[in-house]
Amino acid sequence: MMVELGNFTPEERAAQEERLRKAWKTPGGWRYWTSVNNSEIGLWYGVTAFAFMLFAGLLGLLMRVQLSVPNNDFISADLYNQAFTLHGTVMMFLFAVPIFEAVAIFLLPSMLGARELPFPRLSAFGFWSFLLGGVFVCGSIFFNAAPNAGWFMYPPLATDKEYAGIGADIWLLGLSFIEVASIAAAVEIIVGIMKCRAPGMRINMMPMFAWYLLIVAGMILFAFPPLIAGDILFEMERMFDWPFFDASRGGDPLLWQHLFWIFGHPEVYIIFLPAIALMAMIVPTFSQRPIVGYSWIVLAAVGTGFLSFGLWVHHMFTTGLPQISLAFFSAASEAVAIPTGVQIFVFIATMLAGRVIFSVPMLFGAGGIIIFVIGGLTGVMVALAPFDWQAHDTYFVVAHLHYVLIGGMFFPIVAGIYYYFPFVTGKKLSDAWGKVSFWLMFTGFNVAFFPMHFSGLRGMPRRVFTYPEDIGWDWFNLISTVGAFIFAAGVATFVIDIFRPKPKPKERNLNPWNSGTLEWTNDPSEDWGMRSVPIISSRYPLWDQPNLQADIEAGRYYLPDAKSGKRETLVTSVLDAEPIQCLRVGGSSYVTIIAALALGGVFIALTYHWWIPTIISAIITFIAILWWLWNGTGPIPESAEVDVGLGQTLPVYVSGPASVGWWAMFITMVGDGTAFASLIFGYFFYWTVHDDFTAGASGPGEPWPMVALVLFVIAWLLTIVARQLNEKGVVGCRIALVAGIGVTFAACLAGVAGPYLHGMDPTSNVYPAIVWIIAIWTVTHGAVGIVMQAYCLARSFAGRMTAQYDQDIRNVALYWHFMAFTAVVTFAVIGLFPMVSA
Amino acid sequence: MKSFIPREVESLWTLFTAPIVWAVHFVVCYGAVAVYCAKTAMLGFEFSTMRIILGGFTVVALGMIVLAAYLAWRQWGFGSGDPPHDEATRQDRALFQGFATLLLSGLSFVAVVYVAIPLIFIAECQR
Repeated sequence: MMVELGNFTPEERAAQEERLRKAWKTPGGWRYWTSVNNSEIGLWYGVTAFAFMLFAGLLGLLMRVQLSVPNNDFISADLYNQAFTLHGTVMMFLFAVPIFEAVAIFLLPSMLGARELPFPRLSAFGFWSFLLGGVFVCGSIFFNAAPNAGWFMYPPLATDKEYAGIGADIWLLGLSFIEVASIAAAVEIIVGIMKCRAPGMRINMMPMFAWYLLIVAGMILFAFPPLIAGDILFEMERMFDWPFFDASRGGDPLLWQHLFWIFGHPEVYIIFLPAIALMAMIVPTFSQRPIVGYSWIVLAAVGTGFLSFGLWVHHMFTTGLPQISLAFFSAASEAVAIPTGVQIFVFIATMLAGRVIFSVPMLFGAGGIIIFVIGGLTGVMVALAPFDWQAHDTYFVVAHLHYVLIGGMFFPIVAGIYYYFPFVTGKKLSDAWGKVSFWLMFTGFNVAFFPMHFSGLRGMPRRVFTYPEDIGWDWFNLISTVGAFIFAAGVATFVIDIFRPKPKPKERNLNPWNSGTLEWTNDPSEDWGMRSVPIISSRYPLWDQPNLQADIEAGRYYLPDAKSGKRETLVTSVLDAEPIQCLRVGGSSYVTIIAALALGGVFIALTYHWWIPTIISAIITFIAILWWLWNGTGPIPESAEVDVGLGQTLPVYVSGPASVGWWAMFITMVGDGTAFASLIFGYFFYWTVHDDFTAGASGPGEPWPMVALVLFVIAWLLTIVARQLNEKGVVGCRIALVAGIGVTFAACLAGVAGPYLHGMDPTSNVYPAIVWIIAIWTVTHGAVGIVMQAYCLARSFAGRMTAQYDQDIRNVALYWHFMAFTAVVTFAVIGLFPMVSA
Repeated sequence: MKSFIPREVESLWTLFTAPIVWAVHFVVCYGAVAVYCAKTAMLGFEFSTMRIILGGFTVVALGMIVLAAYLAWRQWGFGSGDPPHDEATRQDRALFQGFATLLLSGLSFVAVVYVAIPLIFIAECQR
C-alpha cells in the first residue's frame, strides 16, 4: 500500500487536535459516569472485577482459618457453605471472565490501531450490568442469603427450597444477568478484531493478543448459552415447579450437569487463553525479539478452543454414564494437552532465542507458567477415568484447579497489570515491591496448595467445613492455611503498590519497556486513543517501522481530524485490512445506564417474585433499548462519503454483511442458536433416559405445530420480500412488513395452541414441561420478530430507513433467517418426533 | 477432466475446517453411543455393529481432514517458503493461512484418532 502521508503545519495540527479532543472528551463531574469510551469502561470493568476478586479472596481466607485445625468452630457450617459457594462463583463469574473483558476493552482498540471498538455503548451496558449483578450476588452474604450449594449448583440440592433458600435464585438470576454482559463483550470483541484493525494489519500481522481474544470470544458464544438455557430450566423449576431436574416426575439432575459443564469446561479455557495472550505480549518484549512460532500459537489457540468443548463429561466421570462415553471424553482431555504444550514451548523457545530481561512482569509470567504446568500435569492425571474415580471430589481436585487457575490465569494477569500499568497511568509500578510481592505470592501459593494434593489423596473431601483430628489431615491443613496467608500478604503488597502515591516520571516515555506493538504509541493523557490511524507493515511496528510514533502523533495517517465533531474510527476488510468505511460510534450517554439498571431490576425483582416491579422494569428496559436503537444506531449521514485523510474518501454508512451491525446480529444469533440447541438437547436427553419419555401424557399433536411452522416460514418470506421491495420503494416494503407482523402474530398463537389445547400441564411431568419451554422460547422469539418488523415499519415512515440506507431491514432479515430455522426445528421436533419415536 | 479438488478460496473460515471435522466426529461418536446405550433394545443391533459404523465414520472424518490438509498445503505453496510469513503482503498472508491451517489439520487428525481409540478397546457400553 503506497500512499503519501499527510503533512500539516503546526497550526493545522493544533486545530485538528482541538477538534479531536472535543469529539472524544470524557465528560466531567458526575457525568463522568455516562462515559462510554473504552479507556474508561475498561478501567472501571477492571477495577470492579479486581475488587470482587479481593472480596472472594477474603472468603477464601475465612475458609482457610476455619480449616486450619480440626473440629474448629470459627464459622458455622452454613456460613462456610455460603463462603465456598460465593468464593468459587465470584472468582469465576465476577473476576476471571470480566477481568479479561476489561483488559480486552481497554487494550484492543490501541493494539489494533482503532480509536474505539465498534459498539462502545454496548460495552458500557455490559459493564453496568456486570456491576449491578455482581453487587447483588456478593451482597447476599451480608444478609445470610448467599447461594450455598457449591459454585456449580447441582440439583437436587440446589433445587431444594428448604436447603438452598433464596440463595440459589440469586445465583441463577444474578449470573444470568452477567452472562448477558459476557455475550455483549463477545460481540464487541469479535467484530472489533475482525473489522476494526489498522490498515495493513492483515491477519498474519495481528498481535497475538487479538488472535487469542478472537478465539475466546467465539468460545463464549458457544459456551455461555448452554448455561443460560440451563438457568432458564432451573429457574422454571424453582419458580413454577416445572420438574426438569426432579427425578420423581421424569426429570433428571444429570441434564443440569451436562449443561453446566458444556459451559464450565470451555470456561476454564475462556479464562486461561486471555491470560496466556497477555504472556504472548510480554514474553517477546522482554526477550526483545518477535515471538517464535506465530503460526504455532494460532494452532494452539484455535486447537484449544475447539478441543475444550470435548471435555465436559470429565467433570462427570462418577455419574454412571457408559464407560465408552467416558472414554471419548478422557481421550479428548488428553488431546487438549497437545496444543497447551505447544503454547508453553513457544514461550520457552522465544525466551531461548532472545535475551531475557527478568523484570517483574516476566517473574510473574514465568512463575505462573511453572505453577500452571504442575496443574496441567495433575489435569492429565484426573482426565484418566480410573484415577478420577479415586480423586473425584477430594482436595486433590481442589489443588489441581487452583494450580491451573492461579498459575494459568491469576499470575499472568498480575504480570499483565505490571506490564500495562504505564500504558494506563503513564507511571511504572515499583520493581522492588513487585519482587517482594512475587516471592510472597509464589511461595505462599505453593505452601498453601501443594499439601492439598496429599490431603486429597488421604481422602479429605472438598467442601467439608471441619474434620476430626488424627485422620492424617491436620498438618496438611495447617500448612495450607499458613501458605494462604503468605499468599494473601503478596496480594496485599501488590494492591498497596498500585495505590501508593507515585512520583510523576521525569520525562515523557510512552514505551518504557521498549515494546514492539502498536498500543505503546498511545498517550494515556489523551482520550482519542490513536492520534491518527497508522498503516501497519510489521507484527512489531514500533520495532520495525521507523518514525511511526512521530508520524502518528503528527497526524500524518488516517483520520487525523474530527471535522464532523463525531467519534470516528476506521473499518477495514477482514483478511487484508483494507479501509472500507469510516465508522461513527456512539458517545457518552445515560441510556446504557438506564437500560442496565432496568434490566437489573427485572432480574432482581424476579428473584423475590415481585411480579409488578418485574413487569415495570421490563417495560422500562424495553423502552430504553428502543430509544437507544432509534436515536443511536444507523443515523443517515450528512454526506455519503467523508475524507479520511491520505487523499481517500470512504462511505460512512454501509449495510448488509459489510456493516458491523450485521455482524453483531449474526454473532448474537449464533449464541442465541446455541442456547436453543441446548434446549433441544434437553428434549432428546429426556427421550434417552426414559423408555416412554411422554410418560403417557398427551403431546401437542401434529396439526397446530405444523400450522405454526408454516406460518413462521411465511412470515420469514414476507420479511425477505420486504427487504427486497425496500430497494425499489417504500410502499411495497411497508405492505410486506404489515403482512409479516400479522402472520407472525398468528404463528405465535398457533405455536402455543398445540400444548395449550391438549391440556399439557408442565408441572405434572418433564415431557409437557420441555415441550412448553421450547414452544415458549420460539414464540418469544416470534414476539421479538414482531417488534423488529414494527421497528422497520416505523423507521420507514420516519424516513430513517430508505432504499439506500437500509441497515435496519437487512439486520432484521438476518434475524429472521435464524428465527425461521428455530421455528422449523421447534415445531418439527415437538410435533413430529413423538410419532417417529412411537 | 474436471478436478474434484476445490479451487482456492479467500476466507478466514477455511482455517477452522479440520477442527470442525473433529467436532462433528466427536459429537457423532458421543451422540451415537449415548443413544445406542440408552436405547439398545429399540435399535436391535449389536454394539460391534456400532463400532464398525463409527469406525467407518472415523475413516471418513480422517479423509476429510487429509483433504483439508492438502488444500492447506497447496495454500502454503506446497512448503516452498518457510515461516514466519510476516511480510505485509497478500501472498504472505495467504501462506500464513495455509501453514496455520495445515498445523490445525495435523492436530485435528491426531485428536480424531484419540477419540476413536476407545472404539478399539471397549467392546460394550459398560454401564
